[in-house]
Amino acid sequence: MTTPEAVVNVGADLLADAVADQATAVTRVDWRPPMTGTEADLATVAADPLRRTANERALAAMLDVTASLVDVAPASEVLGLQPGEFLHAGPPIEWALASGPLRGGLMAGAALEGLVDDPEDAVALFESGSNVSLEPCHHRSTVGPMAGVVTPSMWMFVLEDAATGRRTYCSLNEGLGKVLRYGAYGPEVLTRLRWMRDVLGPLLQRAVRGSEPVDVSGILTQMLQMGDEAHNRNRAGTLMLLRDLSPAMVTSGMDASDVAESLRFIGGNDHFFLNLAMPACKLALDAARGIEGSTMVVAMARNGTDFGIQVAGTGDEWFTGPAQLADGLFLGSYGPDDANPDIGDSAITETAGIGGFAMATAPAIVRLVGGSVPDALATTRRMHEITLGENPRWTVPVLEFQGTPTGIDVSMVCRTGILPQINTGMAGKVAGVGQVGAGLVDPPAEIFPKALSRLAELARARA
Amino acid sequence: MTNHVELRPGAYADSVTLLQVSRAVQSLDGVLAAQVAMATALNIEVLTEMGFAVPVEATSNDMVVALRLADGDALTAALAGVDQALRDANRRPDEGSPEIAAPRSTRSALRRTSDAVVVVSVPGPSALVEAMDAVDAGRDVMVFSDNVPVEQEVALKRAAAERGVLVMGPDCGTAVVGGLGLGFANVVSPGPVGIVAASGTGCQQLLALLDHSGVGVTSAYGVGGRDLSSEVRGASTREALRRLDEDAGVELIVVISKPPAPEVAAEIEEYAAGLSTPVEFALLGAGKPDLTAAAEVVLRRLGHDVPTWPVVGEADPGEGVVRGLFVGGTLKSEAQLIAGTDGGHTFVDFGDDEYTSGRAHPMIDPSLRLEHLARAAADPATGVLLLDVVLGHGAEPDPAAELAPALAAVGQPVVIAVVGTDGDPQGRDHQVAALVAAGAEVHLSNAGATRRALELIGALS
Repeated sequence: MTTPEAVVNVGADLLADAVADQATAVTRVDWRPPMTGTEADLATVAADPLRRTANERALAAMLDVTASLVDVAPASEVLGLQPGEFLHAGPPIEWALASGPLRGGLMAGAALEGLVDDPEDAVALFESGSNVSLEPCHHRSTVGPMAGVVTPSMWMFVLEDAATGRRTYCSLNEGLGKVLRYGAYGPEVLTRLRWMRDVLGPLLQRAVRGSEPVDVSGILTQMLQMGDEAHNRNRAGTLMLLRDLSPAMVTSGMDASDVAESLRFIGGNDHFFLNLAMPACKLALDAARGIEGSTMVVAMARNGTDFGIQVAGTGDEWFTGPAQLADGLFLGSYGPDDANPDIGDSAITETAGIGGFAMATAPAIVRLVGGSVPDALATTRRMHEITLGENPRWTVPVLEFQGTPTGIDVSMVCRTGILPQINTGMAGKVAGVGQVGAGLVDPPAEIFPKALSRLAELARARA
Repeated sequence: MTNHVELRPGAYADSVTLLQVSRAVQSLDGVLAAQVAMATALNIEVLTEMGFAVPVEATSNDMVVALRLADGDALTAALAGVDQALRDANRRPDEGSPEIAAPRSTRSALRRTSDAVVVVSVPGPSALVEAMDAVDAGRDVMVFSDNVPVEQEVALKRAAAERGVLVMGPDCGTAVVGGLGLGFANVVSPGPVGIVAASGTGCQQLLALLDHSGVGVTSAYGVGGRDLSSEVRGASTREALRRLDEDAGVELIVVISKPPAPEVAAEIEEYAAGLSTPVEFALLGAGKPDLTAAAEVVLRRLGHDVPTWPVVGEADPGEGVVRGLFVGGTLKSEAQLIAGTDGGHTFVDFGDDEYTSGRAHPMIDPSLRLEHLARAAADPATGVLLLDVVLGHGAEPDPAAELAPALAAVGQPVVIAVVGTDGDPQGRDHQVAALVAAGAEVHLSNAGATRRALELIGALS
């Protein structure tokens, strides 16, 4: 019998001391009681015979996916979206409960589709509920940043996993400031959306169809080593996309001034790649959906009112709680009173292990979201406490190329009380205002015990 | 000679890292040449010149692994070497820098620690969750925590059996794993005996008696008091027996437990009979030999002489009943069995759940027993006081320091079993001397101490 080289001690320090006295290395766990009332469910889920392998499968399935940009096409074509059908960010919600920025985005969308001439008139349309319907993007293999409103005429990035042919979708990014996704619906918003519909979309379609599929997963790998965390900083990713697409844009045969305007628009919009990072993350996470017994989170999404999560082992059920206010920096004269609670599907990046989880790799923006460089390193390290593994492709140079923390485990969140750290933009709470700031935000803590309780119920039913 | 070229789409490492990886792989047995690189145009050219055929679909976002091997049999090992080198290159240097926070779970701690055994002493309702992290990682675990529901114990041990993991506990107070003491464990020399113990202090008594006889113990695996129940069915006992049987240094295995549930006894005996190492069952309870008798059987089976168990000091006779105040549950039960139920004697285990809820175990915090000692001494019915003092890792550093002055105030004779070894951190001889100086008669054998206490009041049948 060989003597153990080391001991991990969880609990009484005295027992660790007794080991240290025998000249054996001890790692002391900083154990604290789990979230209130979760002990029994945690034990049930831990004892579920499916759990370990289910989580291994979920993580492996997610990490196996590679996302390529294979097409750009209108939502009416690729999603079959009909006039009057609106997709939105986050879990399901009805107009009566929708927040300001979501309402603003829907109003802009209604005007874009010609359902109303003046966006203000759309209020009555949505209140009546006739001939309009709201559905989460996530229910249609889609993700949308902030309000996440998708209408039939909007052009969508189409991402594909080459191995399975599965696809996910996301609209084209409008840039910052007064934009639909932040709830603005003024004339300049609609003018830009129409230009994107008439010029940018068709041009990108020609460029993508005229190029090799763009390796979005590969760009993500590299941009994480170039200071992007792919949620609030997408500068390197955007420029790499431009590098890959610009030759085909130039030779598309479209009007040179339109091409120049499009190149300028993409190059000048540091967030353009976000709308590729998000569906790439969704494509990966969707591979883990429906794995019985898995406690891995496959979606975190907010609609401006509720924050919802979905878990691999609980099907399509949403576990929701009130969306929180972000803590961060404000644009111009805006302040905390102007901000709407958390909104958008973009927390899919954190769900996949980047964004706030990869904060350590993006020191350039830690101030933008109100933090410091040591905070950023500590945040990424802390997220490893609640994740199932590391992403071998997405590595963080400053952490000695450690992989990003990947696969949020509902059990670990309940055990440690550590909540997923999300980087986010802040929308004004009044419809029409647009962006008011950016910061860090937590999910409402109670949704994790809710999901755990459901996992435990399912485990007991199987036993 | 054979070439192997594979693409790893989406994998990425910087060129310096890949240079190190390539070098590490080249040094492996059976590898004639190795190049691990991103498939840039330049690298493809280099690989082509080396005679490797890089697939045409390779892009600069793909990692290419090119190996030239002495023969195809070396491929598996070489690819494992590539993976290991990539992992090593990505590995952070050993943590321990102050700005890195301590792990918050057993799972997280095990990611940072290559080869560790886990000790769990969190509150019972959370114990399974931490212990399951160890099982998931394939690590042995001692569960010191009590109040773990039996169905959780069953689930934990079922998972452990699938993974070949040993679960010591729940409610396991003592273990010696390859010479390392866990929980409350005495310092013993390695030797020919391996122990499987469902009782912590029972194990400690055996360790102490064998140590005094010059017989060492390599490993003593606690299994928890319920392991041989009809629910748990000896799951940990089996794994512990298997481990000890595989240990070439173990000549005799001793199982200390209450008698197993009848349906489990046959299974375990059959399992033990199939091992190549002989197994001695020291089953405790009414009509069974006491721990000291069990130790004597073990010594005889090993061909050792049975020594006279040491006694230091001499107590005077008394009149009345025996008041047994114990910190060890098995030691208390043993004394109670020896004394029988008819004499009006009383025995209390201060380590029992009803006394430990919200306070430390009496081996760590002696205050509760000292209180009861004063009360028993003031009771005119008390004829003799019978105590245990358990030494070893984890126990209070100097138990005699508080106990001896308290004894000085006691009028009745006092008999104490000091369960410990020469090597224990408290200094056994020093402890014994201090207690004797305070008027106590000190035994190494708890059974011996109990019989002596009965003898002092004329109650020894």
